Amino acid sequence: MSRITSVFSQPGHIALIPYITVGYPSIEATLKMVPLLADSGCDIVELGIPFSDPLADGTTIQKASFYALKNGVTPKVCLEVAKQLRQKVDIPLVFMTYFNPVFSYGLEEFCSACNKSGIDGLIIPDLPPEEGSGLELITQRRGLDLIYLLAPTSTDERIRLIAEKSKGFIYLVSVTGVTGVRDKLPTDLEAFVAKVREITTQPLCVGFGISAPEQARQVARIADGVIVGSRIIQLMEDDESMVDVVDFARELRSALDRPNRI
Amino acid sequence: MLPDNKGYFGDYGGRFVPETLVPALNELTEAYEEAKADSTFWAEFDSLSRHYSGRPTPLYLAHGLSKHCGGAQIFLKREDLAHTGAHKINNALGQGLLARRMGKRRIIAETGAGQHGVATAAVCAMLGLQCIIYMGEEDMRRQSLNVFRMKLMGAEVRPVSGGSRTLKDAINEAIRDWVTNPRDSYYLLGSVVGPYPYPSMVRDFQSIIGKETRQQILDEFGRLPDYIIACVGGGSNAIGIFYPFLDDKDVKLIGVEAAGKGLNTGEHAASLAAGSVGVLHGAKSYLLQDGDGQIRETHSVSAGLDYPGVGPEHSYLKDTGRATYVAVSDKEALEGFQLLCRTEGITPALEPAHAIFHAAKMAGSLKKEQIIVVNLSGRGDKDMDIVAEALGVKP
Repeated sequence: MSRITSVFSQPGHIALIPYITVGYPSIEATLKMVPLLADSGCDIVELGIPFSDPLADGTTIQKASFYALKNGVTPKVCLEVAKQLRQKVDIPLVFMTYFNPVFSYGLEEFCSACNKSGIDGLIIPDLPPEEGSGLELITQRRGLDLIYLLAPTSTDERIRLIAEKSKGFIYLVSVTGVTGVRDKLPTDLEAFVAKVREITTQPLCVGFGISAPEQARQVARIADGVIVGSRIIQLMEDDESMVDVVDFARELRSALDRPNRI
Repeated sequence: MLPDNKGYFGDYGGRFVPETLVPALNELTEAYEEAKADSTFWAEFDSLSRHYSGRPTPLYLAHGLSKHCGGAQIFLKREDLAHTGAHKINNALGQGLLARRMGKRRIIAETGAGQHGVATAAVCAMLGLQCIIYMGEEDMRRQSLNVFRMKLMGAEVRPVSGGSRTLKDAINEAIRDWVTNPRDSYYLLGSVVGPYPYPSMVRDFQSIIGKETRQQILDEFGRLPDYIIACVGGGSNAIGIFYPFLDDKDVKLIGVEAAGKGLNTGEHAASLAAGSVGVLHGAKSYLLQDGDGQIRETHSVSAGLDYPGVGPEHSYLKDTGRATYVAVSDKEALEGFQLLCRTEGITPALEPAHAIFHAAKMAGSLKKEQIIVVNLSGRGDKDMDIVAEALGVKP
């Protein structure tokens, strides 16, 4: 059982999965933040490797990515940061990035470096399964979970395909759109999750637009995990003490632990 | 026949897009295949090409330019005379008709120089479709006349402030819009780039340029040209004129990229001449990137060539050697621009001015009976301010 799979083996436990861009607002902040998140009840942390053209991201993560790139955050730096974090935390660490930085690094070399840094999985939003077979072979051989995404537009046929290919969990994109804070959950989310549930028993984690404990609570009633990104990046902007982010993570945790409280 | 059923030209192409768009691309591929097999679709395309776009465009023997160069005869395929002033109308018309057929009434598009934006705005006005154009802030400044034209035709022009604020970022933003509105919107991509089926679909609509050229040169001379030269940014005008000649092995195909301030300065847009293989905007192709796979900022005096990627079919043609690719600098393009003004009384856009310069350079060393065709992909009215500034004069 992979470290990610074991997160979902605890009955009734809803996984809390924050996303942070490595090196935003600084590398020190990333090194400090991840252990704090682990201590605040987060189950998996997504570490974003910044890319110059993040076309699945809204303005918040775009801004964080450009800022990190300007500060010299490369895939090598991210691998080094992950290695240091692995000394400090036991929870699964997952890289989220676009395909070109991985392709440029070399698929085999990148996965090998991920192994050495203690990375558990990869999320690559611009790599649908049709293009992923090369990377799948390598990740499987190296014990990395390649996590695929499903969208509200995915057909039954594609849900079956992705359910078969995705490892660790399936990332359900809550809305047709890019990442970013949203006021409300889409009305058709429940139906979307139910449709996927009929087809697969894989753990389902929902992300994109979830930015408040109440939204997390609603998602917890239907999904196995909740992914929160842009709101955390916003809170990190000018919070050197990181108190706000830790408080926010604790609020999310408590919402997920009591999903049926009105 | 390329691309294969996964959208690959050899190693290049494919579909590297967020899951949300895969079903939309499947729907588009299916709709296009259906339209492609429907003679009524092409009948309407042909009729509007003739009566709306003004096709066929002339193939003009540039006596003055040829005489000046003192060698081969240079012909110009006059896409500058097509409606809206560039070859872009061919693709905008084809995809506009396809969008209407698919029942999509909200059209989104990106533009660099503004020519694709203007062509899309025109077709949308003519077909009664809503039109939203994404354009980098830097390009809006460089091509303000085209911004005004788009607005006059009812398009909404949305400035893009991210990244380098040019064509690359306009495409990112258009894709973000499409990811957000995949069900009711049609993304009318303007070049032979992006995920499958765009590279082959845009090629098909643009190949009207090469088909006409072939017929015209055969009618007049009874033989095919020796060289075909076209500028390459994303590469749609080049593929458009190259494609019908791919099997004519004696016709040499030359693509001309933007060398900007010089290939050794790093400030250029020559993905094929100086780039490496990677994935951008949904396709694997040559592109300009740093050692970490980050897309590099580009530079060209012409906004239409100022793009770090290139169509996957061009990458394939480069690797197989069927086409060769060279690069021409800003300074040389401005020379080509002025040369055509003086010798022919034709003001080219800065994009094909790159191709003009290369043709003029080559022609002198060729024999009189040899024939070069240059795709004069657009007219230069939009570039007057830039040229005046570059030449240090106030018009």
